[in-house]
Amino acid sequence: MSDSQGVGPLVISSPEGRSAAGDGAVAAPSPAPRPRRRRGSWRQRLEIGLLSGPAILVFLAFVIFPVVMAAYYGFFKWKGFGPPTDFVGLDNYVAILQDPTFHDALRHNAFIVVMSLVLQGPAAVILALLLNRKIRGRSLIRVLIFVPYVISEVIVGTGWSLMLQTTGAVNDLLEKIGLGGWAVDWLSDPKIAIWSLMLIITWKYIGFAVILFLAGLQSIPEELHEAAAIDGASYWQAQRAITLPLLGPTIRIWAFLSIIGSLQLFDLVYIIWGQYVSATAGTSTMATYMVSNGRLAGNYGFGNAVAVVLFLISLVIALTYQRFVLRRDTEGALTERKK
Amino acid sequence: MAATALQAPPLPASRPEPRRRRGRSLERVNPLVYVVAWLLVGVCIGPVAYIVLGGLRTNSQITVDPSGFPTTWEFGNYVDVLTSSLFWRQFANSAICGIATTIGVVILGVMASFVVARYDFRGRGAMYSLFAAGLMFPMTVAITPLYIMIRQLGLMNSLAGIILPQIAFALPTTIIILVPFLRAIPKELEEAASIDGASRLGFFFRMVVPLSVPGVVTVGILAFVASWNSYMLPLFILNDEGQYTLPLGVQAFASQYSVDTARVLAFTSLSMIPALIFFSLFERRIVGGLTGAVKG
Repeated sequence: MSDSQGVGPLVISSPEGRSAAGDGAVAAPSPAPRPRRRRGSWRQRLEIGLLSGPAILVFLAFVIFPVVMAAYYGFFKWKGFGPPTDFVGLDNYVAILQDPTFHDALRHNAFIVVMSLVLQGPAAVILALLLNRKIRGRSLIRVLIFVPYVISEVIVGTGWSLMLQTTGAVNDLLEKIGLGGWAVDWLSDPKIAIWSLMLIITWKYIGFAVILFLAGLQSIPEELHEAAAIDGASYWQAQRAITLPLLGPTIRIWAFLSIIGSLQLFDLVYIIWGQYVSATAGTSTMATYMVSNGRLAGNYGFGNAVAVVLFLISLVIALTYQRFVLRRDTEGALTERKK
Repeated sequence: MAATALQAPPLPASRPEPRRRRGRSLERVNPLVYVVAWLLVGVCIGPVAYIVLGGLRTNSQITVDPSGFPTTWEFGNYVDVLTSSLFWRQFANSAICGIATTIGVVILGVMASFVVARYDFRGRGAMYSLFAAGLMFPMTVAITPLYIMIRQLGLMNSLAGIILPQIAFALPTTIIILVPFLRAIPKELEEAASIDGASRLGFFFRMVVPLSVPGVVTVGILAFVASWNSYMLPLFILNDEGQYTLPLGVQAFASQYSVDTARVLAFTSLSMIPALIFFSLFERRIVGGLTGAVKG
């Protein structure tokens, strides 16, 4: 019968194929285990190659290859012209790890990682709980709080740096509402600048956390809340005993994304503080350090070494997080298939 | 309210639930919830409103009263920007990058996702892992060697030098969103198609492509908005103002006309409009896509 139904990798061209396909469709969303075919598999291979080849090629060429090259260039003292010849071994890495400016950047990154979690996490959970109640205009509210996340870093940076100038809108507003004493130099005072950065980061990204948590909340069955209400639990008791534990996986994934984003932070700092000021204002990050000491200084070997350090730090943190935190969650795109 | 809560539960039927839900919802909510919700909206929208409204003021108004509302409505700033060829040039560059990136990502992404989702072969898991691992390689890490590579390819200062890497870096999210989507297409459809004599490729073009439109719209919008907003790559690749995309244009404009705050604000607000329109039209899909990507 298989011959009569034509050549090539038709799904039901063999008896095994039919039964496997039938089972798979019912049992699991993953593709049914299809028996490996001896004949005709060249055709399947060709199809696989034609369909996935372009994507793999572009991906390897523009994502994987540059990262590998960064590791290679990082061992050279190289100005970026011609092939790198001046092999210096680990000198670049030693220089990076001994540079106090890099230590500052690293410390700022650590601060941003921690403060992003501390400032956005609890606030976003509370806001999501509030917005999860069926209030009028909920969908409009949802669109509006997502706006800061959608507009570009450049617009956010330009707008906020104008507003945070000493003669800008923020200080003016503080004076108007009688808090003139709070008016400070938001952007250049090294003690304050990083808090201003945190303010902007929180403003820009909290909407994302809220939306994510809202989606997580909506997947919690209503029946659980009803059961809790029958048992006499108050609203907040129910949230603590039911909602928060069930929201756990969403919170842990969000925290992961937030950590990685904080480690890679570049755009906002570079736009608001520029290449020179960020270090003196105390807002430099590893990425801005990489750009100003790499490309802008013409030291491409060194810049690539910084990229490698940045990557390794992110990788170690990400893997540790996945190993110890995300592993508890059975579902999760980032953990699901990698192991 | 306790009564309504007690009334319903004994009935496991799902029918009466929606009615009851809606019924209790609007009465029960504490007015404080509304206050907090709209306060949050105010905080989120305030700075955006400042940018948009600031463009409608004059520089002297802004200097005298930085946080005030426009007293007279000055459309001159917006008209100036809208009649400048530089703005439209950069707008066109952003649009070209966005559209080309979106098309590229969608075509490559759908094809690769189809393979991962519906072919069974050794290395399928490895292929998925390869793309999923791409989430760990943000552009920040790759930017320096990428810049060198683009320069060696002779694509410096050209939009192609932006588009190709953007397609590559958008592929992981795209594939992670699309694979479950394509897997959900019922096997029976594929069987029916093959009974009717369609090959797997025929099935792909006649059934999968049309059926995957909703998923494609999601990933397309995500790719477009990401491209429209992207900053770091253009910063490295483009060095001529005529080739700038809007984010670079905004920054250059802001430093060039730093005394003309009102015009900077007008330029800035005009440059965010397309992303905002796209977003408000497709809000549900974007949010669904993002949360889908995060939750798998």
